Amino acid sequence: MNASLNWIGYKTIVRKEIVRILRIWGQTVVPPAITMSLYFIIFGNLIGSRIGEMGGFDYMQFIVPGLVMMSVITNSYGNMVSSFFGAKFGHHIEELLISPLPNWVILAGYVTGALVRGLLVGAVVILVSLFFTELKVQHPWVTLSVLVLTAVVFAMAGMVNAIFAEKFDDIAIIPTFVLTPLTYLGGVFYSISLLPEFWQKVSAFNPILYMVNGFRYGMLGVSDVSLGTAYAIIGVFGVLLFATCMYLLNTGKGMRS
Amino acid sequence: MLALDVQDLRKTYANGVDALKGVSLSVEEGDFFALLGPNGAGKSTLIGIVSSLVNASGGDAKVFGASVMSDRSRAMSYIGLVPQEINFNQFEKPLDIVVNQAGYYGIPRREALERAERYLKELQLWDKHDKPSRMLSGGMKRRLMIARAMVNEPRLLILDEPTAGVDIEIRRSMWELIRRINQAGTTVILTTHYLEEAEELCRNIAIIDHGRIRENTGMKELLAQLDVETFILDLREPLTRAPVCDDMEISLRDENTLEVSLSKSKSLNALFAELDRLGIHVISMRNKANRLEELFIRLVDKGEAA
Repeated sequence: MNASLNWIGYKTIVRKEIVRILRIWGQTVVPPAITMSLYFIIFGNLIGSRIGEMGGFDYMQFIVPGLVMMSVITNSYGNMVSSFFGAKFGHHIEELLISPLPNWVILAGYVTGALVRGLLVGAVVILVSLFFTELKVQHPWVTLSVLVLTAVVFAMAGMVNAIFAEKFDDIAIIPTFVLTPLTYLGGVFYSISLLPEFWQKVSAFNPILYMVNGFRYGMLGVSDVSLGTAYAIIGVFGVLLFATCMYLLNTGKGMRS
Repeated sequence: MLALDVQDLRKTYANGVDALKGVSLSVEEGDFFALLGPNGAGKSTLIGIVSSLVNASGGDAKVFGASVMSDRSRAMSYIGLVPQEINFNQFEKPLDIVVNQAGYYGIPRREALERAERYLKELQLWDKHDKPSRMLSGGMKRRLMIARAMVNEPRLLILDEPTAGVDIEIRRSMWELIRRINQAGTTVILTTHYLEEAEELCRNIAIIDHGRIRENTGMKELLAQLDVETFILDLREPLTRAPVCDDMEISLRDENTLEVSLSKSKSLNALFAELDRLGIHVISMRNKANRLEELFIRLVDKGEAA
């Protein structure tokens, strides 16, 4: 009974999230496609042609994994924070809170919804990139696993933000002042080997660096960090965020008075 | 079996407000139970704790034997809740709202669709099932919340002011529906500010005020406590002053209207005989207030005085 309840409940949340993503496709899928096309045109085509090679690859090819990862991070986080905060703000989160579903199923459902959007947008960005350059995936399983795990980590981070947020401004602060700078400084557009030693050491504290480079290793076979370290960092953040989400859901922080 | 068993329930909010100060009450399976109280009395807090939307500070609440605190999942599987405020996603369609709710209770999608159609039809919402729910009228939104609460076919249906802001025609059709739901075996707990609604529908009642239960008894027993009833009489000819009659408190509201407070020991026949003797002709008569309303006000006033 419980397994059936949990499975049907999980599928229901995921379906609801996918319907939402598709219903507002103009806000979920189209903007990243346009933004990334601009990145490819400006950084890849216009500026990239003057930069030449990076990491042994054409600059356009070098930035594709970073741009895909940037889209996945932004969209998985954004989906979770806007959907969960919206449900909290509109009080329809109560539909779930009064149901017999355990909190881990609620978390899993929302994380899967965010993952779907992250992967959907990632696929769109890869498709757009094919108009500008050729891609050969060197290690498909590494590519996929880093992509999925990163999306899951940022989805859970989005839930923490959504739970603490009390107004719409609060869901924009972290993406604007934390996520975007860390992503830009996470080796999306450059190899950290180009940086002075001091800044290379500072960059090592940026978790997004490991995610971007893990994904770049999967696609291109090159990375500024070791693959094992990348998985370990993603794993540690995953466990910490899962524990935080479960604690917040179990105590009802921001939802149950 | 008890549908709801609340023992010494306490709630102190973070701002220090003691919303519940040791509330205990029980609701039998199959009952139609009214939970009444003035604004801020603790009704919504009590319902919030029972439906797990509010964390209790102490005590316990059991739904069909399952503790909301220690066996939440099982307790929640028995409950359907119609909250006071609209709390569905107004961008979703009514059918999706009801079907999704069924999914959260583990009801397979095919069955959920059948049930959703049945309840939306029963609540006269089927012709709107694929329209955005924000386009529904206020009354329709309230009915949609009832359909949503019914889709898991709960053993305990909690209705927190379900007819607030609903016109009288729809209110009466909702009464009929809720009565049918109760007759089919579902225990119903109703909070309302329309006391004639509680008197019309409910068999048992609890009155809560300042976080404490003031009265918890049968509706008939409670109404039997009413020792004085007040009537308004419309007169054919105007009067300049109120008549004086033994054991009756009579006052003149205006020259054509009398207000009479009559103790239960006096019959209406005695009143009319007296008025007839004085040459006063009454053309119509009504209760000043609903009987339950009179009792409610007295109990709440008594609580405040204490």
